[in-house]
Amino acid sequence: MTDASPSSQPSLRIAEEILEPSPMAKLRRRIFKNYSFLIGAFILVLIVSIALLAPVLEASGWIQDPYAQDLSKRLNNPFWHEKKFDADHILGTDKVGRDYLSRLVYGAQISLLIGFSTMIISGFIGTVLGVSAGYFGGRIDMVVNFIINTRLAMPVFLVAMAAVVAFGASLLVVIMVLGLFLWDRFAVVMRSITMQARDLDYVKAARALGCSTPYIIVREIFPNVLSSLTVVATVEMANAILLEAALSFLGFGVQAPTPSWGLMLNEGREYMFFSAWLLALPGGCLFLLVLAINLFGDGLRDVALERER
Amino acid sequence: MSGDNILEVQNLKVDIPVTAGMLHPVRGVSFTVARGETLCIVGESGCGKSLTSLALMGLLPKTAIRTADRMDFLGQDIRDFKERRMAALRGVKMAMIFQEPMTSLNPAYTIGNQLMEVYRRHISKNGSEARARAIFLLEKVGISAAASRLSQYPHQLSGGLRQRVMIAMSLMCGPDLIIADEPTTALDVTIQAQILHLLAELQDEFEMGMILITHDLGVVARVADQVQVMYAGTTVEEGPCQAVFDNPLHPYTAGLLRCIPVPGKAKRGSKLGSVPGIVPNLVGDLQGCMFRNRCAHASSICETLSGEPTRIDDGHAFTCRLTPEEAAKTAAVQGVA
Amino acid sequence: MLVYALKRTFVAFLILIVVSGLTFSLSHLSTDPALTIGGENASDEDIEAIRILYGFDRPVYEQYFSWLGRALQGDFGESYHYKAPVVEMISGRIGTTMTLGVAAILFALIVSIPLGTVAAMRPNSLIDRFALLIAVLGQALPTFWFALMMIIVFGVWWRWLPISGNTTWAHFVMPTIALGYYATPALMRLTRAGMIEVLASDYIRTARAKGLSPTSILFKHALRNAIIPVVALAAVWFGFMLGGSIVIETIFNLKGIGWLSYDALLRSDLPVVQAIVLIFASFYVVLTLSADLLNAYLDPRISVR
Repeated sequence: MTDASPSSQPSLRIAEEILEPSPMAKLRRRIFKNYSFLIGAFILVLIVSIALLAPVLEASGWIQDPYAQDLSKRLNNPFWHEKKFDADHILGTDKVGRDYLSRLVYGAQISLLIGFSTMIISGFIGTVLGVSAGYFGGRIDMVVNFIINTRLAMPVFLVAMAAVVAFGASLLVVIMVLGLFLWDRFAVVMRSITMQARDLDYVKAARALGCSTPYIIVREIFPNVLSSLTVVATVEMANAILLEAALSFLGFGVQAPTPSWGLMLNEGREYMFFSAWLLALPGGCLFLLVLAINLFGDGLRDVALERER
Repeated sequence: MSGDNILEVQNLKVDIPVTAGMLHPVRGVSFTVARGETLCIVGESGCGKSLTSLALMGLLPKTAIRTADRMDFLGQDIRDFKERRMAALRGVKMAMIFQEPMTSLNPAYTIGNQLMEVYRRHISKNGSEARARAIFLLEKVGISAAASRLSQYPHQLSGGLRQRVMIAMSLMCGPDLIIADEPTTALDVTIQAQILHLLAELQDEFEMGMILITHDLGVVARVADQVQVMYAGTTVEEGPCQAVFDNPLHPYTAGLLRCIPVPGKAKRGSKLGSVPGIVPNLVGDLQGCMFRNRCAHASSICETLSGEPTRIDDGHAFTCRLTPEEAAKTAAVQGVA
Repeated sequence: MLVYALKRTFVAFLILIVVSGLTFSLSHLSTDPALTIGGENASDEDIEAIRILYGFDRPVYEQYFSWLGRALQGDFGESYHYKAPVVEMISGRIGTTMTLGVAAILFALIVSIPLGTVAAMRPNSLIDRFALLIAVLGQALPTFWFALMMIIVFGVWWRWLPISGNTTWAHFVMPTIALGYYATPALMRLTRAGMIEVLASDYIRTARAKGLSPTSILFKHALRNAIIPVVALAAVWFGFMLGGSIVIETIFNLKGIGWLSYDALLRSDLPVVQAIVLIFASFYVVLTLSADLLNAYLDPRISVR
């Protein structure tokens, strides 16, 4: 090869630059072109900050005590109804007269807490299993595969309900049960990506150089799986939130009087024919939160894919 | 339409809009193919030779824009043919053989199914007729036990056999023109020769025109009647095979020819030639000779060169600032001829 | 092919043993079934007698193996609460759940395959974006809330459909949609991705070069290859759907085994729960197994590997 290169010609060099913007610029362009990512991130940040600020909001009088009952104001309508509306409770009250708005706000806390802690626990289990299966292969891979398939064969919802019955219904039990069940996707994805990463030339080179296994896994493999890990994490977080809501809705999850959206749906069910908003509101919140997490995750995947190219 | 030409193309261009602007992979290519004649299009990867062939077949990606001053196939102007009319030509009048025999056959269907469906689509619905034709052609392309092969799946065949099947498939309806896009690149060297030999034989027997796209000048020397050397979307040299090989005029052609080891001529231990540098980016408005940044004879004239070919005799032409005499001399100095 | 099938079957069987063992120990370690059987008014002596009668005083693994031995012979014991054989309770209800599951997966496939195909044929077109929007919204919609909202709109406001029970086909419409829509986004995305990949493949280019009709290219050459992974995923989703049927059957009061498991869990009726877990797990295992074998059949390359 000689030093003659296409960029020695001015017009050609410009063409080159147009075609290849800097990696950061590409990333930025990708992020801002990606409306779903922006919308998802915006809603998510909004919900998270409201949930985190709930005690502050309560202290400063913006929302009320979610546990304070007022039996004289039961099932008040939200603001879009003319009748039986009380300005103190913009989104109405539930069957024992608790402020619906503040219960929705505190419900966000519960959902996020469950989603996040489940994601951490299951993410840890799944990553350890998946990465070791993908990296070591052979017998370890076979065993992990068997564990994954066994886990997939268990009807999560039913077994989770049984576990809640067995250990008693509480926030902690729900988190532990979901965390111990929802690692399958992590394991499957981590396994296949680690397998691909293991065969990358520089990983092979590191092995040939005699680097220690933990060093290779942490330094060479892990950066490769990180973007997929975050994407799976968002999916599983959404999944955990939906499952908790379903469990609580059937009475096998978080127990009263904790303000969980699933539980609110359960409590509102008997009034569904006359006060549909009792169901529409917590369900809508649930939908919005899961939608935001999914949009955020989808966008994250697109951005990550773009960067990998 | 003059003489026995089955295909006449003038100033064919392909443009593809990309985010950075307009990509011009094919920038004004002209050629003709006569019945029974083989035109070889030569050039390295990315010079636009595959896109030229896809443009002829009407198989360009949807975003690509094709323009030409002339595109006559069998006396018909096919420039404005819609997909439906092109589909009626493809497989019957013009057929194509692709580079990748491993992936060009549908893994879900048997060889027989895929061979017969062309015939049934274009010629006759008669199944036993199609079957007979398929067996006849499989034998023609040198596949033994042809009848039993019909029920095999592509993955059960080797690359060489699959390419033979592809060739048989292209011949099912007796086309007038065969376009073979690097048909031997993916195959073992020993198989390559067999396949080329087979193609040349069949072309002779069925009196077809053939466009053979390749980057292998050794292949060209053996089968071509006409040669077209492409560089960065343009034709840099064209002419009868003998003339181009004996008297390469464009520095690029000369460079390519130096890359072929000639048995008996190259001394042991001597270096095989190479053409330094890479094909330039083809985005945006481009001016001058595209080879100038890799050319040993480049001067400031090259930046504004119009691209009009210099014609010598007998259809031999090249596009360069050098005069034919200078060109012949520089080529000789580089030790090619 | 045969070796492959046998190996897969053996692993599937092993998985079922482990799953049943796990659920058995989970339920028997943590609750005292004797209390359930005895009821609220049982005295301490009664409870002790029940323990010995049912063998609860023995170690859990012993109880498990005797349960497993009987289960392999098709005897899942007797319901603690209803005092009826579990097999009879389940066989009377499984038809409802199967009808619901099959209808739901068919609904999902009928919506997702055409939508995914059309979206793949024109990427980034209006219809592609529409399909994507449906997928994104659908994925975020909680099944049980969607079911409740349907009940309110179609059952209560407009009174088009019955909201509870399982006597006519109309009773199955809402549960089918509620259960089926949830699989649609995943199946549609996979169809779309598969179609885009297949449509860009060399053999589709060959098919076009052969001058085949667009219909033949799409249905014969593209769809069959693109649909192979969709079939596999649909089988997996069918397994998930049986799990999801617990919520849907409870909401719509469809008395299938999903509803039965809910009822049994409320009453700590362990033999019933245990049997249903095993049935769901078997379904999943058998479905994935047959999907793999069907794939091996549809894609002749797999059995060679």
